[in-house]
Amino acid sequence: MSRPSSDHADPSAPLRPGDHSDAPGDGAADGDRAIVQPQLGVVGWLRWGWRQLTSMRTALVLLLLLAIAAIPGSIVPQRGADPNGVTQWRADNPDLYPVLDALQMFDVYTSVWFSAIYILLFVSLIGCVIPRTKHHWQALKSRPPRTPARLSRLADHRSVGVRLAGDEDAAAAASAAIDDAQRQLRKSGYRVERYDTGGAASVSAERGYLRETGNLVFHGALVGVLLSVGIGGGMTYTGQTVIVEGDTFVNSLGLGYTSFNPGRFVDTDQMPPYSLTLDRFDVSYGEFTGEPGHGMAGDFRAHLTVAEPDRDPREGEVRVNHPYEIEGDRIYLMGNGYAPTITVRNAAGDVVFSEDVPFLPQDNNMTSQGVVKVADGMPEQLGLVGFFYPTAATLASGAIGSAYGNLNNPLVTFWVYQGDLGIDDGTPRSVYTLDPTGMEQIAGGDSGLSSLELEPGQTVDLPNGLGTVTFEDGRAAGAEEAVKRYVSLSIHRDVGAPFVLVFAILATLGLLAGLFVPRRRLWVKATLTDGALRLEYAGLARGEDPAIAQAVADLARGHLAALDRDEVELPPEAERPRRPRPARAQAPDVN
Amino acid sequence: MPEDLSLDAVSVLLVWTAVAVYALAFIAYAVDLARRSDLALKAKDAAPATVAAPAPALVGAGAPTIREIRAAEAEAELALNARPAERPRLLWARIGTTLTWLGFLLHVAATVLRGIAAERVPWSNMYEFAMTGTVLVVAVYLVVLFRYDLRFLGTFITGLVVVLLGGAATSFYVVVVPLADPLKSVWLVIHVFVASLASAFLALAFALSVVQLMQARREARAIARVGAEADGAASVSRGRDGARFLRTLPSADSLESLAYRFAIIGFIFWTFTLIAGAIWANDAWGRYWGFDTKEVWTFVIWVLYAGYIHARATRGWRGNRSAWLSIVGFSAVLFNFIIVNQFFKGLHAYSGLS
Ligand code: HEM
Repeated sequence: MSRPSSDHADPSAPLRPGDHSDAPGDGAADGDRAIVQPQLGVVGWLRWGWRQLTSMRTALVLLLLLAIAAIPGSIVPQRGADPNGVTQWRADNPDLYPVLDALQMFDVYTSVWFSAIYILLFVSLIGCVIPRTKHHWQALKSRPPRTPARLSRLADHRSVGVRLAGDEDAAAAASAAIDDAQRQLRKSGYRVERYDTGGAASVSAERGYLRETGNLVFHGALVGVLLSVGIGGGMTYTGQTVIVEGDTFVNSLGLGYTSFNPGRFVDTDQMPPYSLTLDRFDVSYGEFTGEPGHGMAGDFRAHLTVAEPDRDPREGEVRVNHPYEIEGDRIYLMGNGYAPTITVRNAAGDVVFSEDVPFLPQDNNMTSQGVVKVADGMPEQLGLVGFFYPTAATLASGAIGSAYGNLNNPLVTFWVYQGDLGIDDGTPRSVYTLDPTGMEQIAGGDSGLSSLELEPGQTVDLPNGLGTVTFEDGRAAGAEEAVKRYVSLSIHRDVGAPFVLVFAILATLGLLAGLFVPRRRLWVKATLTDGALRLEYAGLARGEDPAIAQAVADLARGHLAALDRDEVELPPEAERPRRPRPARAQAPDVN
Repeated sequence: MPEDLSLDAVSVLLVWTAVAVYALAFIAYAVDLARRSDLALKAKDAAPATVAAPAPALVGAGAPTIREIRAAEAEAELALNARPAERPRLLWARIGTTLTWLGFLLHVAATVLRGIAAERVPWSNMYEFAMTGTVLVVAVYLVVLFRYDLRFLGTFITGLVVVLLGGAATSFYVVVVPLADPLKSVWLVIHVFVASLASAFLALAFALSVVQLMQARREARAIARVGAEADGAASVSRGRDGARFLRTLPSADSLESLAYRFAIIGFIFWTFTLIAGAIWANDAWGRYWGFDTKEVWTFVIWVLYAGYIHARATRGWRGNRSAWLSIVGFSAVLFNFIIVNQFFKGLHAYSGLS
């Protein structure tokens, strides 16, 4: 319900909130005036409130608030992006944590206060854009406004006299000159309208409607972005999975995913039925020279076989920055590591555990940690906490470490715990960690016995004659490498993203038009004087237009050249003085 | 080739030479500003001859009349838009610009060599961001000089570059290492380059906004005094209104519209940076937006400049207040580059520093 700021007589001027700097008035903003206006009950107040909300100043304040409100989320860890960071922060600042948590500082971007700001901003935006769109729609159909009576009052103005031949019909010459100007203006993209009066012919031209169109498209597209994010988010899911070389992932909840976050509207029974087999994971290592950055791993590449019902299996590849797309899902390579194959036998020699165990990398040289849980087949449950070193080396401290990411000298070490693994009571436990509370350590650490150390192909005894542990050598089974690798993949479906992109591009195009298309009016007027024509050229910028003076000069030059008549001195017009170019400095005009 | 003559070592040498030349340019530009003050005084002394003499009692030492202010403004406006050949002959400014060109060529050579040494675009860690970013700042400045006579910003530009480039070479330098996988993307080339380009334009806008504020203060004081004199106030302060060289510069108003022109170009590039970053994030991290620290700051900067553009169109905010927003906006750009890259935790761990 913002009111037109410019005079109503000028329907082609864009509609602006009352406190826009182009709005007429002597500096007292409409908002201020509205405050002291007597109010007419509830409706009056509502109207007043709405006008405040859709004013330029409110939009500005809300924008600045939005900028400020976004900052805390970059300082304090956020649950969405960095849940472990939040846990850590809580441990480090136990006193401050509840206070910040109550202020939703760990969920800034979904907090009540942040949401309030952007929702208000968008309500303001919509309330602002709708009336402007309506108005602009009409403006697009209106004609350029009447030529002002005194063009010489305009800042950008030029007046030239041209000679007429003695027998020439002055009125016809004036009309013809203006016809020329009209053609010229139309050719340069202006919308034109003739306004001929008794002693003068004139053409009024306007261009740059695209500026307002761009502005409206931009603001509208922002709404589009917000809606796409909001609605798309509900139809989006992300899931994680781990695949060891040779294994297969099936895209179905309950089968393949290690974790899964569906949006509100996702139907988890309708997931596209495909499966992925990890044939091989490639990685290349920089030369091992010991200089900074050398030995760095790169060119990670997961080679997949993709199978879908009713189709031949095909090959696929996932790389960093190059997700694999299938059925609207995008599959990302998030991590990789080693999955040593570990076999545990009991005292009787029966295999009680045999699996590829994914070890989580702990450093750049792929020192990795993993856990083996033997639930059955032993007198008591057994837990093995292991470290894997692809290139084992004894560090200066005497401890073992990995010196390089590749498999130059693989080694696994285990600490062994005996007792209750705590997996039988149904509490979900991570496969990567072991909680040793209530268990007895029987090898490594403080147990008195050294930890188990195995190279590929080796078998060592468990303490107390419990049985044996084997670190299988993959090459024995025909593999290229002794130890299998695994990848962690992230699988996403984001329905909103393409819409967000389209609206973002629209917004940018709108922005370009809204900021750089000049909106201006030009006039050419021919007035009869004694034996000559007074030709006047004038321009008026609507909004930012650094090139308006140039435009008037070009128009005059082009028109006069086409007219090809002698110029004459004319007596000055009656109305004087002209105002100088409005230097908008606040200096009092002492001329 | 011996180790200490590697391409990268030559590049570092060139960087320091460029810094030294920029420092000389800075001095030349500073001398220019100081001499402009004298010019301003001389012009004033000469003024009464050309301008209808005002009542002598009203002309105090260092207190120009409105007429003189207007005349000086008109002249400055003309000078600002004059073609390079028609500009006032300011010897020291010329020396400054020549030195800036020289520094720029060395700087470009250093940057290109670094790229060749690294076998990739030279903007993949803090040191290289700073190197390329400052090259663009100078490039934009030098190109803009063909259109507007902005040599009065020379001290700012060369000073900024000396500080950033010298600082980066001192504290951010890292040897060439292979690119981490996530950085191997065309979007590195586009996103980071456009961000630097945006920053270059925003830097110019910032400088103009600062000068605008100084000029606005000077104008306000001059007007206040003239007003007081017109009212016949007996004892009017004869103090200076602000740095004297300001008299040779365009009015606050035309500085403001110039600042705005650069700011909107910067804003467009920044918008593009934001979108390109989101596209890249969608490829690299599996989501286009996640409020990662760097994403937050890119967004904050974008919103600040959207605010600035609005402010320019809002009654009561045009002028000084919007200038402050431009200053805050560019401060956020610098903060984002220097502080956030190094000290804020996030996915954008590409500073190359540890
Ligand atoms: C998410 C919130 C908003 C953002 C990011 C935003 C951003 C922008 C930008 C970048 C421009 C300049 C581009 C152009 O002219 O096309 C602009 C102009 C404009 N905006 Fe907004 N805006 C927002 C909300 C609003 C609201 C709520 C209003 C209504 C009060 C509004 C009214 C205007 C007007 C009237 C202009 C034209 C200014 C002029 O005449 O130069 N905007 N806005």
